[in-house]
Amino acid sequence: MDFINSHILSLILFSPLVGGLILLLVPGNKDLTRRLALALSLIPFVFTVIAWLGFGAAPEVDGFRYQEQVAWYPAINSSYHLGVDGLSLSMVLLTTLLSPLAILASFSVEERIRPYMALFLALETGMLGVFMSLDLLLFFVFWEVGLVPMYFLIDQWGSKTGERELWAGMKVPARRYASFKFMIYTMAGSLGLLLAIQMLGVVSGTFDLIAIFQSWPSLTGSLFGLDIGTVKAIAFWAFTIAFAIKVPVWPFHTWLPDAHTEAPTAGSMILAGVLLKLGAYGFLRLVLPLYPAEAQQYAPVLAILATAAIIFGAFSAYGQRDFKRLVAYSSVNHMGFVVLGIAAAAYAAGTQDATIALNGAVLQMFNHGISAAAMFFLVGVIYERTHTRDLEEWGGLFPLVPIFGGLLIFSSMSSLGLPGLNGFVSEFLVVRGAWPVFTVLTALSMLGLFFTGAYILKGIAKTLHGPLNEKWKGHLSEITRREVLVLAPLLVLMVWLGLWPAWLLSVINQAVATLFG
Amino acid sequence: MFGSITADMLVAILPEIALLVVVLVVFVTELLLPERRRGALAWITAGGLGLTLALTVLFARPGAEGELLWGGMLRHDWLAFIFKIIFLVSALITTLLSVGWEAVWRKGEYYVLLLTSTLGMTLMAASGDLIMLFLAIETTSIPLYIMAGFITGDDKSTESGFKYLLFGAVTTGVMLYGLSLLYGFAGTTNLYDMAAGLAAAQIPGPVLVGTLFLILLGFGFKVALVPLHFWAPDVYEGAPTPVTAFLSTASKAAGFAVLTRVMLAAFPSILADWQAIVAVAAALSMTLGNVVALTQRNIKRLLAYSSIAHAGYALLGVAAASELGVISVVYYFLAYTATQLAAFAVVIIVWHKVGSDEIDDYAGLSRRSPLLALAMLLSFLSLAGVPPLGGFIAKILVFAAAVDAGLVWLAFLGVLNSIVGLYYYLIVLKVVYLSPPKDEKPVPVMRTHGAALLVSVLLVLVLGIVLAPWYAWAQASAASLF
Amino acid sequence: MQLPILSAIVFLPIVAGAVLLFLPPKNHRLIYRVALAVGLIAFLLSLVVYFSFDASGPRYQFEEQYNWLPALGISYHVAVDGITAPLVLLTGVVIFTGVIISQRIDDRPREFFAFLFILASGVFGVFVALDMFALFFFYEIAVFPMYLLIALWGWKQTREYAAMKLTLYLFIGSLIALVGALAMYFASGLGTFDMVALEGANFPAGFQNFWFPFVFFGFAVLGGIFPFHNWSPDGHVAAPTAVSMFHAGVLMKLGAFAALRVGIMLMPIGAQTHLPWIILLTLVNVVYGAFIAMVQTDFKYMIGFSSVSHMGLVAMGFATLNYNGFLGAGVQMVSHGVMTALFFAVVGMVYDQAHTREIPKLGGLVKVMPFAAVAFIIGGLVSMGMPGFSGFIAEFPIFMGLWSGGYPLIAIIAAISIAVTAAYILRAVSRVFFGEIPAELEGHMHDIRPSEKLALGVLCVIMVTIGIYPNIILPMVQAGTNAVLALLGGA
Repeated sequence: MDFINSHILSLILFSPLVGGLILLLVPGNKDLTRRLALALSLIPFVFTVIAWLGFGAAPEVDGFRYQEQVAWYPAINSSYHLGVDGLSLSMVLLTTLLSPLAILASFSVEERIRPYMALFLALETGMLGVFMSLDLLLFFVFWEVGLVPMYFLIDQWGSKTGERELWAGMKVPARRYASFKFMIYTMAGSLGLLLAIQMLGVVSGTFDLIAIFQSWPSLTGSLFGLDIGTVKAIAFWAFTIAFAIKVPVWPFHTWLPDAHTEAPTAGSMILAGVLLKLGAYGFLRLVLPLYPAEAQQYAPVLAILATAAIIFGAFSAYGQRDFKRLVAYSSVNHMGFVVLGIAAAAYAAGTQDATIALNGAVLQMFNHGISAAAMFFLVGVIYERTHTRDLEEWGGLFPLVPIFGGLLIFSSMSSLGLPGLNGFVSEFLVVRGAWPVFTVLTALSMLGLFFTGAYILKGIAKTLHGPLNEKWKGHLSEITRREVLVLAPLLVLMVWLGLWPAWLLSVINQAVATLFG
Repeated sequence: MFGSITADMLVAILPEIALLVVVLVVFVTELLLPERRRGALAWITAGGLGLTLALTVLFARPGAEGELLWGGMLRHDWLAFIFKIIFLVSALITTLLSVGWEAVWRKGEYYVLLLTSTLGMTLMAASGDLIMLFLAIETTSIPLYIMAGFITGDDKSTESGFKYLLFGAVTTGVMLYGLSLLYGFAGTTNLYDMAAGLAAAQIPGPVLVGTLFLILLGFGFKVALVPLHFWAPDVYEGAPTPVTAFLSTASKAAGFAVLTRVMLAAFPSILADWQAIVAVAAALSMTLGNVVALTQRNIKRLLAYSSIAHAGYALLGVAAASELGVISVVYYFLAYTATQLAAFAVVIIVWHKVGSDEIDDYAGLSRRSPLLALAMLLSFLSLAGVPPLGGFIAKILVFAAAVDAGLVWLAFLGVLNSIVGLYYYLIVLKVVYLSPPKDEKPVPVMRTHGAALLVSVLLVLVLGIVLAPWYAWAQASAASLF
Repeated sequence: MQLPILSAIVFLPIVAGAVLLFLPPKNHRLIYRVALAVGLIAFLLSLVVYFSFDASGPRYQFEEQYNWLPALGISYHVAVDGITAPLVLLTGVVIFTGVIISQRIDDRPREFFAFLFILASGVFGVFVALDMFALFFFYEIAVFPMYLLIALWGWKQTREYAAMKLTLYLFIGSLIALVGALAMYFASGLGTFDMVALEGANFPAGFQNFWFPFVFFGFAVLGGIFPFHNWSPDGHVAAPTAVSMFHAGVLMKLGAFAALRVGIMLMPIGAQTHLPWIILLTLVNVVYGAFIAMVQTDFKYMIGFSSVSHMGLVAMGFATLNYNGFLGAGVQMVSHGVMTALFFAVVGMVYDQAHTREIPKLGGLVKVMPFAAVAFIIGGLVSMGMPGFSGFIAEFPIFMGLWSGGYPLIAIIAAISIAVTAAYILRAVSRVFFGEIPAELEGHMHDIRPSEKLALGVLCVIMVTIGIYPNIILPMVQAGTNAVLALLGGA
């Protein structure tokens, strides 16, 4: 038990990867592989629950619990240093929760299951690592590592149809285009982050976040012949752009609809559910503590971009014929609120409004993770049956698939921010926190929220209501038990967080208070 | 004039005596043997040369300090000793390679000429007096003229011999004129009194330089330095190939032995001038030899031009005019002789099969006879200066000498030339290894040729890997000049 | 009594090469087996050296010294330090895997393996030599077999041209460096070629400033430094697979290493004068190499230019003249060596079966050779500098070196290459290994042999191990780096 307690984070972190390797090595038929994958993916979840339950009792050092530190790259003073606070733990929970669900959702994958599942588990490790790292270099390691499995998941198991023209009539399959764009965008976006991390490491002589938190923000003088303020501002933007691409903040979002649309269903679930959160998490974990002054200075810019994301995201979503693209743009819209909250908090650092906005932003991250995963899954369910994502091709399906219809409406309502469900709480908090800070922008965002309703309703209407497209009659089967099982935990959480958000908020708030209080 | 003859004096000319005996033996045996069995003469010559070599190495070793003997005519020192070994080895291997060469190998006079020429060379390397020097040069050259034109029925060979003779005679005459001027200025014919004599006579520098030019004309001809090289390709091509091998190794080495000795002993007063002259000659020889070699399609001509270039490299060591310079020259000729002999051994072996010296006829040699091709590879790479072969060490040493003497530009020029050289050596090797063979049959190798080749290649390897003993020899030679 | 293990490593291949030449030429199986045994022994010996190297021990280990030419202060003096021990291992790995990959050579395999082993001996020799003369001796031994290996067994279209170009470039470089080395020898007045002694020669600044470029560039030609990199992609492409592996995997390191050993370490003042502008050349290498690689349609050319780009990083690391840069360059030499050997091995396997290297004409190979595909992907990730693999461990400190050396702008520009690299690697991976197998290749392709899987596996394991557990190599490289820094005045 001692071992588990002192290495709980490592256990959570590496159990998926080890599971993936086991999966590759253990022979067995498809069915067995699927079940084994599911079982293996539950292990990190169990560990996370243990960590969650023992969180309050675990000793806290410098604001982080469950810390582990082992020499990793001593030659440049980087170590394998893990630790979590409420912020990261809730993200870890989200990740380990969504991963088994995504794997369960992937039971319909038929080809090359073994590498598929293994990649999925590897992806989970990559994401978890980002949330747990207390070392800048390690953070970057996991940040990048996660890209690789996602790239292959999209490239290999993404939607089979569709082509994109590159130039001069050269055509490539859409999934290849999307995966490539995803990878290059993110990698190119990370270059600034990489360079800034190197610079920080050189200047600080260490990569340990806790040490850098103390030394870097208070650094004065000049670096590389430039004023420290300038250097910091450049580094701030390097970090910000990397994270903004991941979130994605408008106008860096163009990779997202492609990637989402082409990714396999479970890939989209994780992409929207967790990967986007990495960007937001980066803002919270690194940008705000490292660059408080710069963050404050440039917060209005961020806020404007966030508002743009909210509004344009909503408009774009409304304009889509492709249901998956619609949901994808809704992510842009929803993540805009996260960024808005962060921007507000940065601008008004230290005030009550900031705390509220930040709490809202983090909760929104969690909520969006749940509802977006549910939405993508539901789109995937119907796509598997109809092999189309075109909204115009459906219509009036509700009588054919009432259970599916009910679930879709329910999830949509959560996404919409219906009071009583989870989305409402977090969006309310963000808006409440941001209102006194950026009144005009927040007001505009509220308008965006209005369009959120519009596109969500459009989606429901085009799918479930209206005249029945006759060709589906008799060809459309109801949602299966397994699929319901995937959705069930998500739906429970939607209701639970809507009615009693405190269980999560208390943990988040604790972190927010220590970090930015 | 000689006073009493001591044992020392006899020991000093032991090789010469031995060679003379061999000459007589060959003469007599030729008379005794019937025409068809005169091939045995090659064995007798080879045996005699081997014996001479053994005697020389065992008994004729000089002391650390060189001494002038025979009334100052000869100098018994390490420089002479090492070069004598080079000549004897070269003559020995040439003899082995002559076996089976229809035009020459059953003829007693051929071996006599070869031995006489070798005798002349040993005297050249040792001569300490202008008179002796001139006589030795003539003793060396005249047999070579004849040997070059030995194949009487063959136009090319005749042309070769005649050309060699004509140019040789002219340049020798000029050289003789220079030598007599020198005698007039210094009042002595002895090389080792020359410097003092010239200093005492206070001969103006330019006059002395002019005299030097005349002498260098003769020496330059012997070693085929640019611009006195023009005879070499024709003569090399026309002469019977074993003779070419001998010409391009022993004869060239002899020229360098003399050049080194005379320059260092007689002209210290105009050191800077002759250094410059030699440096320019080195630069020209390297460059022209290599550049012209690029276009050659005949392997003998190619080797001729390459030997001009090699004379240029070796001249770097002379131009350095230092102890290290002499060391490098000596080492250069140790390595170069072995290498060049190996290369010619291959040329002769191939000639016996295909009857041609065109490079194209070497196509696919590696598929026909892999080991022969390997030997060719090693010898050509040694010429190119690649480790672990003798040529590499030699080249490093001459470059080192040049750098040490401050002739960095010359060293860099040498580097550039090495690259050009590498290029055409590789082209030949490419033909050997890459081109499809016209004939799949292996090239037969006579046992004597094989032995000669094996010895040469082993020498090349040994000179490239085990350095200390040969370097010590070269060092001793250099020490005897300073 | 310590076993002369380094001498064993250096001379085993060349002796084996000589022995091979006398085996019956037609018995290919026997020849291959002997070669394989030699490769394996060399690999095992290099493993022994690597793992018994004590990073906290003396600077030079496994030292051996015998007089060679005492009159000139030349000795056969060999040892490994923290920088060379990994390189010796790298060479061992590449020779072992290279022999395996060459099993299909059926034109004069005897000569092929003999020349390959001569090359290997030269490479080992350079890495362990502590005597400048010995270094040159082995350096040229390593270079000249390349000509024959490429010209004889290379790709028919360009082999003669490429082989000649490569040989001439490298020889001219090495000879120019040689002149510089001779100048050092005489200027030192120590009468020795021993580099350990020459490190203390303290050449005058003017001397160093004059001679450093000759020595550095002379060797850096082999490291592929811009604008002297031109020979390298041509050479890579024309060479047979095992030779490309050797060439890009090990030989290019030879150049970089020798430039460090003879240039930077013996003439630190010259290095400090010149490297700040040379670093701009390396930047060109890094960025330009990556862009050129991106526009290649020939699979092998792409890899060839990627080597130019990655070797630029090595030179760049050296050029920073600080701890981080050296550390990264030291690791990068190993990382790139293994990675590029793997690339060329896979390209060779693909070409052997498909008879084309045009990326657009390939596709779907993961279905027939999944192992090779996965190996290539791992190599690709290393190439992209993906964390978790050795490339990241190597490149990260190089960039840190740029920051701490005060070259932020260069760091920023060089970082572009990372994205470009990702682009061309991904493109190659997805075009060659995924998608559909083109109709003309259908049925002609089959999986690689188990021995080849072993070879690729070994290479992959190294890259992943370094990536996950960098400490397997770091203390060693650190020790080597610190020694270099001490020479530079602790800069």
